[in-house]
Amino acid sequence: MHSFGYRANALLTFAVTILALMCAMASVSDNFNSPSPTSKVQVLNINWFQKQPNGNDEVSMTLNISADLQSLFTWNTKQVFVFLAAEYETPKNALNQISLWDGIIPSKEHAKFWIHTSNKYRFIDQGSNLRGKEFNLTLHWHVMPKTGKMFADKIVMSGYRLPQEYR
Amino acid sequence: MGWIGETVDSIKSLQIRHVLSQAVSLGMIVTSALIIWKALMCATGSESPVVVVLSGSMEPGFKRGDILFLHMSKEPIRAGEIVVFNVDGREIPIVHRVIKVHEREDTGEVEVLTKGDNNYGDDRLLYAQGQLWLQRHHIMGRAVGFLPYVGWVTIIMTEKPIIKYILIGALGLLVITSKD
Repeated sequence: MHSFGYRANALLTFAVTILALMCAMASVSDNFNSPSPTSKVQVLNINWFQKQPNGNDEVSMTLNISADLQSLFTWNTKQVFVFLAAEYETPKNALNQISLWDGIIPSKEHAKFWIHTSNKYRFIDQGSNLRGKEFNLTLHWHVMPKTGKMFADKIVMSGYRLPQEYR
Repeated sequence: MGWIGETVDSIKSLQIRHVLSQAVSLGMIVTSALIIWKALMCATGSESPVVVVLSGSMEPGFKRGDILFLHMSKEPIRAGEIVVFNVDGREIPIVHRVIKVHEREDTGEVEVLTKGDNNYGDDRLLYAQGQLWLQRHHIMGRAVGFLPYVGWVTIIMTEKPIIKYILIGALGLLVITSKD
């Protein structure tokens, strides 16, 4: 009964149990954090706006994104993935979400940022519905933990509108 | 030498009743593992509730050897979610993030585009020839939880099968020779 194998087995089982318990507790502790992030986005310029030969509208814009996501970070946070998406409705689609810019924030020190950029992914509609289209810009974030449950949330900023004419 | 002699003796001294009880307890272990897996499948609604990350395309979020817990609910797929999908003509499922979503007004069907966080471009090159969007039926689940490193066990076992056989052999021998 008290052989080497028996003791090694008991030790291993105990260590794995404790480790699993600690991981679970670290994940649960994330729930006590109530973050209050802020963000502001400006569309500085519509660089160009045209209809592709296949009939889909495409627009390129310059954005100024500033956000403070420091309150998202806890001791169990590995990184925060943040992206800005344009969201709008068309007669054909009840929802269109198009990611325009994204970034990975590795630590709390980098979580208050300001960036001036043109859209990283192409803003293409399924069809030709973008002229004069009102859209929301939504800042989404995805908190990736060191271990455990992942969290996601967003800030919706409304009141943006595309020009009436191609340019 | 004494150890081997003892082992041989213990194998010789096995009785039918003993062998049977061991077979039953081995069966119990296997079936309870199966029950847990199937229960997880029911609870999460995904055909494979746990996946191992095999590539570095989601680094630094997910590294090779990390484990992801999947969930597949009726809720619509939205941009930013990390989904596991199968592409026609590829055997291994891919874990990437959704960057574009178009949801139909009339049917509610979704067309999504994915991209790995660590990849430069989107996934259209990985999709089947001429495929522009992923549909609902391609998607096996969305990642909800994360556990680092544990998946290395399965990666090592699939890439070095010899280790798997040694492990199974050693465990089998332990079961046969244990006197409880």
